[in-house]
Amino acid sequence: MKFLVCISNVPDTTTKISFTPDNKEFNKAGVQFVINPWDEYALTRAIELKEANAGSTVTVLNVGEADTEPNIRKALAIGADDAIRVNAAPQDAFFVAEQIAAVAKDGGYDVILMGKESIDYNGFQVHGMVGELLGIPTVAPAMKLDMAGTTATLEREIEGGKEIVEVSTPFVASCQQPMCEPRIPNMRGIMTARTKPLKVVAPVGDPARTQVAEFALPPKKQGVKLIDAANAGELIKLLRNEAKVI
Amino acid sequence: MSVLVVVECAEGEVKKSSLEVATYGAQVAAMLGTTATAVAVGEATEANLAKLGEQGITKVLYDAEPRLKDFVNNAYTKLIATAAEQEGAQVLVLANSNIGASVGSRLSVRLKASLATNAVELPKTDGGQFVVKRGAFSGKAFSDVVLSGDRKIIAVKKNSLEAQHEAGKTAEVVAFAAQLSDADFADAPKQVVMQEQTGGVLLPEAELVVSGGRGMKGPENWHLIEDLAKALHAGTACSKPVSDVDWRPHHEHVGQTGITISPNLYIACGISGAIQHLAGVNSSKVIVVINKDPEAPFFKAADYGIVGDVFDVLPKLTAAVKELN
Repeated sequence: MKFLVCISNVPDTTTKISFTPDNKEFNKAGVQFVINPWDEYALTRAIELKEANAGSTVTVLNVGEADTEPNIRKALAIGADDAIRVNAAPQDAFFVAEQIAAVAKDGGYDVILMGKESIDYNGFQVHGMVGELLGIPTVAPAMKLDMAGTTATLEREIEGGKEIVEVSTPFVASCQQPMCEPRIPNMRGIMTARTKPLKVVAPVGDPARTQVAEFALPPKKQGVKLIDAANAGELIKLLRNEAKVI
Repeated sequence: MSVLVVVECAEGEVKKSSLEVATYGAQVAAMLGTTATAVAVGEATEANLAKLGEQGITKVLYDAEPRLKDFVNNAYTKLIATAAEQEGAQVLVLANSNIGASVGSRLSVRLKASLATNAVELPKTDGGQFVVKRGAFSGKAFSDVVLSGDRKIIAVKKNSLEAQHEAGKTAEVVAFAAQLSDADFADAPKQVVMQEQTGGVLLPEAELVVSGGRGMKGPENWHLIEDLAKALHAGTACSKPVSDVDWRPHHEHVGQTGITISPNLYIACGISGAIQHLAGVNSSKVIVVINKDPEAPFFKAADYGIVGDVFDVLPKLTAAVKELN
């Protein structure tokens, strides 16, 4: 079984977000970048399934410039076998999906996994675009993934519950909790990751279909109105008469 | 040229988020000087679909194929794409739900359309550009996105605008057959398992949410959260540490890596307000924080706060709601 796991490089989850003075770009100064937390579920589950199915491989794919390589190496240290970096700054979801589809087509992968969305752009789009570009099923967001031969059983989150879905390879799934417990690299993994293959390829495809014109921060809050705990019921009156939300 | 709105239905009813989307679509159509047609997916009744006229929809296409009751990605994509081609739709509007995002992303490739998910406002069309404001950085920011394709698809975040109800207006319901084959249902669900919801309110659809954190001290105390939620007819939620230790199920986890919500009211009980939690809830219209630690960072993001013990405060709030009702 050949797994392709797509990871993106995102600001650490504790990052205070700010933008360049013209509000056109995210301000990267002093920001640590990590593997997108949603993608860590995809990566770990692929490695677990590889370990349970002898002869399987896990390839990590990232669309990004050279500064993403530390996180690609981290994915290799966690247990992926090799990596591919498409040498381009991600422009939009469609551009990224085209790169993934091109790599997937060439590599003949059976299972393509990624996180539900990235925590910076929150598109929740790439999985479906890749599935459509390749003409294969998409399951999103998946909370559980088991494989028996070429058949996969997945639990897909729906509003108020879950669905059990069976698909045959090849397919695309976007992953979320509680799929697995994400792994952290150990020392042996870190040492071996240095020698694992990391191939850099050129981007392909059409221009992006969306462009960010401007970023903005939410308006600042006016400040909290405190209510005495001894008179907590007063809060309910304020929520009805002042805030008008109940 | 027209606007096509995708409305999701369950058990015969149009979902609340789809009423919002229908309103959004009708307003986009009015901006563009055209009309809004809807295509319904899921299990619907003709009477309920006709009521979409109240949101400004003029016509509703409905394929009564029974296998469309539950979500099937391939079949839904083909159905909506066929409707879009038939109606000559230049703008498609969906809910930013799991169904909307899954279908919207496949449709954007099939219809060669620009796609914006997580939209929070009506588009701006000044200067010849079509610009959609959407949430980014897990609710910590917004971005204005230019949709440059000839066709545009917009997935609207829940609770971003209020559904309008113009009483008495009805839409024409038209039978529609997308000529779906067995192959289109290859990824159909084998089983659907519904989870129990407090007070019957689905968290992603809830206008009011009561949420608990580690300060609740254990799952045995959750009845205090549930009592208040029931009195308010609210959904219940929790922070990540709570779902990590299995006090509450994952589907109640709100935050950066859980569900992102934007209810009218979010009541956080015993949650200190880590930046990852705030990211998932800070687009709530009104935030109430109850915490015994006056230094809890969540108070900085709150509109109302009570510095006090949740075990003392929550019963008082529940009693006050019951008194009000």
